[in-house]
Amino acid sequence: MKNYIKYIGIVALGLVACEPEFENPINEEQTYSSGEADFSNYVALGNSLTAGYADNALYITGQEYSYPNILSQQFAKAGGGEFVQPLMADDAGGLLFNGEPFQNYTNRRVLAFDAQGNPSPRVYTGRQPTTEITNTLTGPFNNMGVPGAKIFHLGFQGYGNLAGVEAGLANPYFARFASSPSANVIGDAVAQDPTFFSLWIGNNDVLSYATSGGTGVDQTGVMDPTTYGPNDITDPTVFAGTYSRLVDALVLNGAEGVLINIPDVTDIPFFTYIPYAPLSPTNPDFGPMIPVLNETYGQLNAAFQFLGVPERSIEFSETGASALVIRDESLTDLSQQLTQVLMTEMDAATAALYGSQFGQARQANEGDLIPLTSSGALGTVNQQRLQQLMSAGLSQETAGRLAINGVTYPLEDRYVLTAAEQEVIATATRAYNEAIQREAQENDLAFVDANSLLSTLSTAGIVVEDSRGRTAARLTSQYVTGGAFSLDGVHLTPRGNALIANEIIEQINEVYSANLPRVNVGYYPAVTINNEVD
Amino acid sequence: MVFAMAGTMAYAGGYRVSTQGHRALAMGHTGVAVVNSAELGFFNPAGLVFLENRLTISAGASAVFSDVAWQTQEFGGAAARTDSPVGTPFYFNVAYKLNENLSVGLSVTTPYGSAVEWENDWAGSHLVNNIDLQAIYFQPLVSYKISEMISVGGGPIMVIGGVNFNRNLNRTLTDIEGNRANVTVDASGVTEWGWSASAMINPIENLRIGVNYRSEIIMNAEGGQATFENAPVTFQNTTFNASLPLPAELTVGLSYELNDQWLFAFDYNRNYWGVYESLDLEFADPNIPDSENPRNYKDSNIWRFGAQFTATDRLTLRAGYYYDESPVQEGYFAPETPRNDSMGFTGGFSIDVTSRLAIDASFAFVRFSEVDASYDYYEEDGVSIPFWGTYKSSAFIPGIGVTYKL
Repeated sequence: MKNYIKYIGIVALGLVACEPEFENPINEEQTYSSGEADFSNYVALGNSLTAGYADNALYITGQEYSYPNILSQQFAKAGGGEFVQPLMADDAGGLLFNGEPFQNYTNRRVLAFDAQGNPSPRVYTGRQPTTEITNTLTGPFNNMGVPGAKIFHLGFQGYGNLAGVEAGLANPYFARFASSPSANVIGDAVAQDPTFFSLWIGNNDVLSYATSGGTGVDQTGVMDPTTYGPNDITDPTVFAGTYSRLVDALVLNGAEGVLINIPDVTDIPFFTYIPYAPLSPTNPDFGPMIPVLNETYGQLNAAFQFLGVPERSIEFSETGASALVIRDESLTDLSQQLTQVLMTEMDAATAALYGSQFGQARQANEGDLIPLTSSGALGTVNQQRLQQLMSAGLSQETAGRLAINGVTYPLEDRYVLTAAEQEVIATATRAYNEAIQREAQENDLAFVDANSLLSTLSTAGIVVEDSRGRTAARLTSQYVTGGAFSLDGVHLTPRGNALIANEIIEQINEVYSANLPRVNVGYYPAVTINNEVD
Repeated sequence: MVFAMAGTMAYAGGYRVSTQGHRALAMGHTGVAVVNSAELGFFNPAGLVFLENRLTISAGASAVFSDVAWQTQEFGGAAARTDSPVGTPFYFNVAYKLNENLSVGLSVTTPYGSAVEWENDWAGSHLVNNIDLQAIYFQPLVSYKISEMISVGGGPIMVIGGVNFNRNLNRTLTDIEGNRANVTVDASGVTEWGWSASAMINPIENLRIGVNYRSEIIMNAEGGQATFENAPVTFQNTTFNASLPLPAELTVGLSYELNDQWLFAFDYNRNYWGVYESLDLEFADPNIPDSENPRNYKDSNIWRFGAQFTATDRLTLRAGYYYDESPVQEGYFAPETPRNDSMGFTGGFSIDVTSRLAIDASFAFVRFSEVDASYDYYEEDGVSIPFWGTYKSSAFIPGIGVTYKL
């Protein structure tokens, strides 16, 4: 029996010894430091990218994976404090205003599979939106990212005034958490007396022009942003001045921070996914039409030849992919001349119709970008044009044949970003980025070149390696499958946000002699697959 | 009922479990050439006929307290630790002497099994969240003495086994609320057959030599249940087929009785793990891609040493040591059976309560060296994403049982 008791003692000892222990447990060995920075009160300013907007909506998990929230978790290892976000009410994403669905603030997109297993991005309908924008949240909030905000909006008094939301005078997202109806974003941020801040603003100052297919106006030279339309490009001088004032306000009390520049809009899948020449002869809806189309366009091409603009000729290939037919508003409008020439071949009414339809038409080329928003329109009958043609006396059949978007009816301005429009955007983006970098230098702030990062992502892709060079993740800008971009083609996935967060951490470590760990990009989610769609 | 008890934890190479007799385990799990008790039913059935008593029963169970820790310095460091349930491998052996030259017996053992439970959604959750692998061997035995010098033995083995395995579908997929998509595969009541054959040779006084071969048994799970959680609608619950090998094992060894008090034993195990090339799951639903997980194990060796000291009429003390080579090759270290080379330190005793009944106790401490290892065969879009880390495991296994002689 004595032995037995001894044995029980050995058992007990063994239980204690059983837990495996490392020679160098990481938690004790690794110490992180904030260096010259102080992360105790971090406030993030910006637009949708900062808010955690993804898949064309703002929703809880997107917010949880916003780059500022990812950063705050790393900051927490080096003295960072609590990071509070104005979380949405659900993971659906749509907005309600007095209980009714608000304007076009619909639910997020998800990747749905049809019965044949083909994926397509669709609006999630698994649950109704529950985020009521009249439910004002009580702050302060560390994440001050406001979807849709342009640079000058951050200083707008009343940008979060509920009374102005319906008329588009105020922002519904900021209305949820503005400290008062007359508050502005920068004021609410500075009032928190941040010790550290990040500022990623200015994307929308060119992006809304780009995503609208260049339908807005380049406001370069116009100094009063209150006169700007929603799709206009902000004047670079206005940008630089506003940016400088924002940074001055943030550093006034000695805060350190990081400034992030603006990517080129041409690096995002929103503009790179749809090719300029998507019309395939193997498409059963399009291929059989080619001979008839070419015969008809033959007459038009002869007229273009006669008028000295042979470069506007339109022809579809029977062997390879063909370019879309677009309307390029920068071309001289030859409607009248075209009508005159065509009248020698056909009746006056038809000639006038052709003349007006193709007066500024040409086929797209590699310089043109086709926005993702056109995906539902390409190759379909343009109903508005159909009605016009029918009221001009055409039969429904003839009208239908002349109203096919991108094939017989030149793709409207909003569905094409021409090379000229891209150049306007690029010029403004360069000017903004110069201002951002200058502010970083003048104020000794960390600077993150998101422009370069997203450019690499869209060309070579990015392989994330660990410290020993082993592949930990691979990301590209490929729509849906690349892992970095969400289903709206503009905003990042959690993986993409983790990539940006690592880039920010790297710069903070360098500029502030901090020692913050990177995050494991590969473990972050990408697009969400779900079939709860209409 | 026994199945519920059979949750066992691998603490030998692969998912091999070495707890098939307390007297043997106390001596480093040697026993192919030791005539001591009905434990021979597992270690060397040929030896049963050399047992003195007409009826001998050995039965017992162990409690396996085992854990694995994983950590990486990468990306700010991450650590995880298994919270595996206490494993309870058991054995029941009975031998009955029909006449001087012939014995029969039955052996019920759990030589293979594994229960590893990581925290859900840990860094390696795309490889495994948890696994519970069980196999119970039922073996009727015959032992025949050809002469005082040599005997042979063996019998057919029926295995009843099951597996329950959960892992995340990949590193990125979630449901609408961000919960990770995962799959549980479950198969139970899988029955397969194998055999074992053995010989015992007594060339000179006090020296025994044993050889035992246990055949490979491939557990074919057909129509197991695959249950998807938080997964896209294309992943409908379905059935799967998979096979998992319980590899063959050859043991040779000897024992030497130095005097009335001291006995020494040595066993060498050759485990034919090379048969475990890949863990492949074939799903019945054609929409769900089959899962192929290369394992590429190699045959491995275990060297075992044991000693027995008869202290008094009623008390026998035992001690042992073994060195167990891992069958896992570089680049194939998967966290579902995170086993590297290990050393086992064992001890134990028997107390004769009466002339017929003895209590057997054993304990084993298994020490694994800390190892940096990776599993390189997880891919995303055709790109290999190695899962790396430092692993450290340990196990402590106390056990108790009885020997009854008539």
